[in-house]
Amino acid sequence: MSNDTLVRLGGVEKTFRRGSEEIHVLHELSLEIPNGEFLALMGPSGSGKSTLLNLIAGLDKPTRGTIEIGGERIDQMAGRALAGWRARHVGLVFQFYNLLPVLSAEKNVELPLLLTSLSNAERKRHVANALEIVGLSHRAKHTPRTLSGGEQQRVGIARAIVSDSTLVLADEPTGDLDRKTGDGILDLLQALNREHGKTIVMVTHDAHAAKRSNRVLYLLDGQLSTELAA
Amino acid sequence: MRLAGIVVSNFKRHRLRTALTVLSILVAFVLFGYLAAIKKAFEAGVDVAGKDRLVVRHKISIIQMLPVSYEADIERIDGVKEATHASWFGGIYKEPRNFIPQFPVKPEEFMAMYPEFRLPPAQMDAWLRTRTGAVVGRRTADKFGWKIGDKIPIQATIWRPKSGGNTWTFDIVGIYEGAEEETDTTLFLFRYDYFDENRSFGEGAVGWYYIRVSDPARAAQIALKVDETFANSAYETKTETEGAFVKAFAEQAGNIGKIITFILTAVFFTILLVAGNTMAQAVRERTQELGVLKAVGFTDGQVLGLVLVESCIISIVGGSIGLALSWRLVAAGDPTGGALPIFFFPPGELVMGALYVVLLGLAAGAVPAIQAMRLNPVDALRRE
Ligand SMILES: Nc1ncnc2c1ncn2[C@@H]1O[C@H](COP(=O)(O)OP(=O)(O)O)[C@@H](O)[C@H]1O
Ligand SMILES: [Mg+2]
Repeated sequence: MSNDTLVRLGGVEKTFRRGSEEIHVLHELSLEIPNGEFLALMGPSGSGKSTLLNLIAGLDKPTRGTIEIGGERIDQMAGRALAGWRARHVGLVFQFYNLLPVLSAEKNVELPLLLTSLSNAERKRHVANALEIVGLSHRAKHTPRTLSGGEQQRVGIARAIVSDSTLVLADEPTGDLDRKTGDGILDLLQALNREHGKTIVMVTHDAHAAKRSNRVLYLLDGQLSTELAA
Repeated sequence: MRLAGIVVSNFKRHRLRTALTVLSILVAFVLFGYLAAIKKAFEAGVDVAGKDRLVVRHKISIIQMLPVSYEADIERIDGVKEATHASWFGGIYKEPRNFIPQFPVKPEEFMAMYPEFRLPPAQMDAWLRTRTGAVVGRRTADKFGWKIGDKIPIQATIWRPKSGGNTWTFDIVGIYEGAEEETDTTLFLFRYDYFDENRSFGEGAVGWYYIRVSDPARAAQIALKVDETFANSAYETKTETEGAFVKAFAEQAGNIGKIITFILTAVFFTILLVAGNTMAQAVRERTQELGVLKAVGFTDGQVLGLVLVESCIISIVGGSIGLALSWRLVAAGDPTGGALPIFFFPPGELVMGALYVVLLGLAAGAVPAIQAMRLNPVDALRRE
């Protein structure tokens, strides 16, 4: 309950409607994430991990309950304000990188900055800095097609940190990578957490990856627990 | 706009498809510009026709002639300010395809009737001094490279000269300019007195009369009065406004304006489908990327804008090249080699063209842009 809590979810319900059928994905879910934590979310496929992450990202709204991030009630924000909030406060990392294939690595990284008032030179500096952190400065001009999976994910991570948001949300960031390459990505996320003070929420189904975090939570039957019940 | 980079990079994606779409828009606007000029050519005469001018012709047809004595009779009618006549000469300069309308007229009266024909006073004086003098419009002078002082032989097809043979020789004494771009500057005008004395038959017959009325509001009434005056004579008349006269003349070739409008509507409808389909495909195959843009913070409005701008750029590139090309084509000259005396790219149509370019871009992009705007990023990112 201290000021150090970055993310606070209270009594969150999420129900999807598919035709006449209702799917209850999250049920009375509460969660607090302190600033500077590296949290791993695990759980079987279809348990609602991505749904939870999307709620924290402000990409989706809860059916009921509150979501407060950095003191702001994002569940109450309107679409436009929420988009602006996302641009400033969260960085998203996807399993399949989701880079724009027609843009070079640096242009992909620059995307969130296009929404800010930064000058061209300032944007360049931020992009160069982000690419430096992920160790891809030498690939800046390459398009995604010419990069390996690991390199593409590094570009994705650079895009997530370029606007200097404190919160990085990663949905199975190593899910599409081999063990060795995945370890490199996990090293990077760990460094972002330890050296750059990022708060990270990482969805994974890989216990080996989850070990890199400070805390592991399991999602089952719409609820979070510290132990894998099954 | 700093987001323009994203739009431009999208064109690299399907170069061929983009190029073909641009090309089809280009062709549509070449057609638009060219047909607009042709339409204008048929309408221009009607547009510039004087509201206060009437044309009197033989009741049966324009080919039948009227007595020259009618001029005085017409001028006596209440409401008629002045009257003058002209006739169809129909001669050939070198080759039949060199179409030039040639009229024998009374210089001072005719030029007073047509103040939009601008002839320097010195050249008018020269015309009055020179019996064989002729005055030509700028377009015709430029087309054949005629200068003042040139002797121009015209082969008669109807009016053989008394002097034998069938060649009339005229001295170019003046070149008139049009007051407006629509003004017909293709006419070849020469003196009626010379024509009348030197023709081998038909003395005292003229083709038609022009009347200037004192009050355009009474034009219809005066036209009736003229026709009443000559009713039951050997030469009955039909009098109408110059606009109606020109229109009837142009409509001999069918209702060109309507046909052209119809063609252009069909062309634009087709092009709207082509461009709209391109944009729809572009958005469909980019669903996930648009989802990413929204995920990183692009608003619905910005995503809508990106799609619309992309659509408008395609339209503007194709449309402006097309309009520029049609401008060049029209400037290269009348496709009939002279039958359309007024052939130019109407500036008003250029403005309309530019407007259509933007409208096409917006219309083609509208549906896909709205789809992109409504796209839910969560759904867009879910489909792998
Ligand atoms: N937009 C949606 N509409 C309908 N059902 C959805 C939607 N998103 C997720 N679901 C359902 O919610 C459940 C949880 O999905 P998800 O959060 O993607 O699970 P996980 O990431 O843990 O595999 C699944 O049963 C899925 O089918
Ligand atoms: Mg998932």
